Amino acid sequence: MADAATVPDPERAPRGRALRDAVREIGLPRILIAFFLLVLFGVGFATHMDLAGLATDSLLRIARNGILVLALLPAVQGGVGLNFGLPLGIICGLVGCVITLDLGLGGWLGLALSTLAGVVLAVPAGIGYGWLLNRTRGQEMMVGTYVGFAAVSGMSIFWVVAPFHNPQLVWAIAGQGLRTTLTVTGVWDRQLDSLGAFTVGGVGIPTGSLAMFALACALVGIFFRTRAGLTITAARSNPRFARAAGISDERTRIQATTLSTVLAAVGIVVYCQSFGFVQLYTAPLYMAFPAVACLLIGGGAVDRATLTHVIVGTVLFQSILTVALPVTSQVVRGDFSETARLIIQNGMILYALTRRSER
Amino acid sequence: MITSRPGGTPGARRLRDALAGSAVPLLFALLCVFGILVAHIGPGFLLRELLARLARNAVLVTSLLIPILAGLGLNFGIVLGAMAGQIAAILVTYWHIGGIAGFALACAIAAPLAVLFGIGTGALFNRSKGREMVTGLIAAFFANGLYQLLLLFAVGSLIPWHDKSMLLPQGFGLRNTVDLWGIQYALDDLIKVSVPVEGSAVRIPLVTIVFIALVCAFNLFFQRTRLGQELRAMGQDPHVAATAGIRVDRNRMIATVLSTLFAAWGQLFFLQNLGTLNTYSSHTDTGTFSVAALMVSGATVSRATVAQALVGTLLFHTLFVVSPLAGKALAGNAQIGEYFRVFVAYAVIAVALVLHAWQTGRKRR
Repeated sequence: MADAATVPDPERAPRGRALRDAVREIGLPRILIAFFLLVLFGVGFATHMDLAGLATDSLLRIARNGILVLALLPAVQGGVGLNFGLPLGIICGLVGCVITLDLGLGGWLGLALSTLAGVVLAVPAGIGYGWLLNRTRGQEMMVGTYVGFAAVSGMSIFWVVAPFHNPQLVWAIAGQGLRTTLTVTGVWDRQLDSLGAFTVGGVGIPTGSLAMFALACALVGIFFRTRAGLTITAARSNPRFARAAGISDERTRIQATTLSTVLAAVGIVVYCQSFGFVQLYTAPLYMAFPAVACLLIGGGAVDRATLTHVIVGTVLFQSILTVALPVTSQVVRGDFSETARLIIQNGMILYALTRRSER
Repeated sequence: MITSRPGGTPGARRLRDALAGSAVPLLFALLCVFGILVAHIGPGFLLRELLARLARNAVLVTSLLIPILAGLGLNFGIVLGAMAGQIAAILVTYWHIGGIAGFALACAIAAPLAVLFGIGTGALFNRSKGREMVTGLIAAFFANGLYQLLLLFAVGSLIPWHDKSMLLPQGFGLRNTVDLWGIQYALDDLIKVSVPVEGSAVRIPLVTIVFIALVCAFNLFFQRTRLGQELRAMGQDPHVAATAGIRVDRNRMIATVLSTLFAAWGQLFFLQNLGTLNTYSSHTDTGTFSVAALMVSGATVSRATVAQALVGTLLFHTLFVVSPLAGKALAGNAQIGEYFRVFVAYAVIAVALVLHAWQTGRKRR
C-alpha cells in the first residue's frame, strides 16, 4: 500500500495527483478556512466596507492571542497532547495583573511586574500540573480540561475573599470582592500595542505586541534547538530509546508542561493590556478552546505541531473571528459570529480528535 | 517488634474496603449535614426541593450508566440528547398541545432525533477510541453551535414560524426563554399527591417517581440481557471481547444511542418540572452536572450502579440547595456558596478522572 504512494509511475503521471498531494500537504481544513476568510473579505469588499479597519482589528487580535496559542506548542512537543489545562497558567497571569493593579503600579513597571509575578506563580503550578499529567497518561486532555475548569471556579471564590482593597478594583458597595472586569485604562492599557505603532495605508500596526509575539516564538523556537529542548522532543518521539540514553520522559513532560503554563501566564498579560480589561471569575473557563482551535487550523495535530502551525493558525482563525461579525451582519441580521465561532472552533477540534493516526 | 498494620484480619480489611469505597459519598453527606445545620434549613423546605430535583435529574443521571458499562467512560455527549428533548418541547409548545398528551408527544418526537444524534456521537466515538470523553465534550460544544444555527437563525427565516410571540423582536430566532405552560407538571401532577410537612404542603411527583423507577428497572434488567453482558465484557477488555466474537463497534454505537435517548427523555422530565426552557442555555450544564452527580456517589469512570446514580443525584442536589444558603450564613455572601458548588461539580469530575487514569495506568505497568 505504501509502495503505490511512494513509487512514481512515469507511464501515467496523473495530473490530479499533484493537486491531491498539494491538498494533503496543506490540509483540507486549512484550505476551507482560508477560502472562507477570502469569501468574507470578498463580501466586505463588495459591500464597500472599511477593509483597512478590518485588517487593523485582525492584526490587533492576532497580536493579542498569539502567545496563548504558542503556549500549546511545548505541551504537544513534550507528548502531553493538546493542553486544555491552559486556564491554569492564565489564572497565574491574572493574579499577577491583579497584584500590580492593587498596588497601583502603572506603565512598563506594572506590566513587567505583572508578567514576572505571573511567571513566578506559573512555575510551581506547571510543575504540579505536569506531575499530575504524568500519573494520568492517556487521559491528559480530559484531566487537563477539568483541572482547568476546577481551578477557574475555585479561583472565583478566591477573587471574592482575596485581601485586595484598592477601591478601583473591588465592588463599591460591598467594599470587598474583586469586580468581574477590571479596567486597565490609564494603568498599562495598550502599553505594548502602542509601542512603535504606525499606520500603513490606513492599517494600524500594533508593533509592540506583534514584536512580543515574534520574540516569544523565536525564543521557543531556539529553546527547542537547544540541548534541553531537543531532549524534550526526543523523549516524546521515542520514550524507550530516550530512557536508554538516560533521559527520563517523566522529567521532560514536566518541563514541557511547565513551559506551556508559563507561556499561558505571559500570554494573558499581553492579552489583557491589548484588550484593556482584566476579566476575572468565569472568563478564563473556555479560553483554552479557541487557542487549541488556532493551533489545529494552522495544521497542528494532537501529537505534532510547529511554529508555522502556531502562526498560520492564529492569523487564519483570529482574522475570521474579527471579520465574521461586521461582514456577516451586512448579509444576515443578528450576531452570527458567536455561532460561527462555536461551529468552526469545535468542528476543528473534533476533526483533530477523530482523525485516524497516520502512522 | 510490634507492627500494627491496618487491615490485618479479613473482616477488618473488608470493613476498610467498604469505607474506602464510600469515602466520597460519606464526605459529601457530612458536608451537606454541616451546611444544613449552619444555614438552619427546615425539613419541609429541604424535602420539597429534593423531591423536585430528584424528579428533574434522576433520569439524566441514569442515562450515563450504559456507556460506563460498555467502557466508553463518562458520556458528555448526553448534551445532544438534551438538545433533542428541548427541540421536542419547543415543538409541542408551538403546536399548543398541552397536558400529558403533549408530554407524550414530546417524548415521541424526541426519540428519533435522539437516536439520530446518538448515531452521530457513536460514529465519532468509534473514530476516537481511547479519547471518547473529550470527544463527547467537544461534540457537545460543536452541536451547541449547530443548535444555535437552527433555533437562533433558521427558525422564522428559513423555517416558517407562525407564532410570532415565540420569536425575537427582529422577526426570526426563538426568544431566550420559552414558557412551557402546556407540559409543566404534566407528569408530576398526573396523580396529585401532597403531604403536609410543617404546616405547608409538599407536592410529591408520584407518576414521575414511578417512571424513574421504571428507567432504573430497565437499567437493571438491561445488564442481565445478552447485550448487557456483551457490553460488560467490552468494558472489561475490548480486545478479548472482539476475539470472543462480540461486535464491538456496533455495540458501542447501541450503547451511545441508548444513552442519548434516555438523556432526551431525561431532559423532558427536567423541563416539565421546571416549566420554562432557557432556549440557549438549559442544556449547557446538563453534562457536567449529571456527571458530577454520579461521581459524588463514589461511582467511577469504569463502574457505576443504578443505586449510585440515585444516591449521587440526592447528595449532589442537596449540596446545590444548601451551598448558597450556607455561604450566606457563614460568610454573609450567597455568591461564595454558588461559586463553591460549581467548583465542587468540576473538582469532583477532575478527581474522578485523575483516579481513573491513575488506576488504569498502574494496571498497565
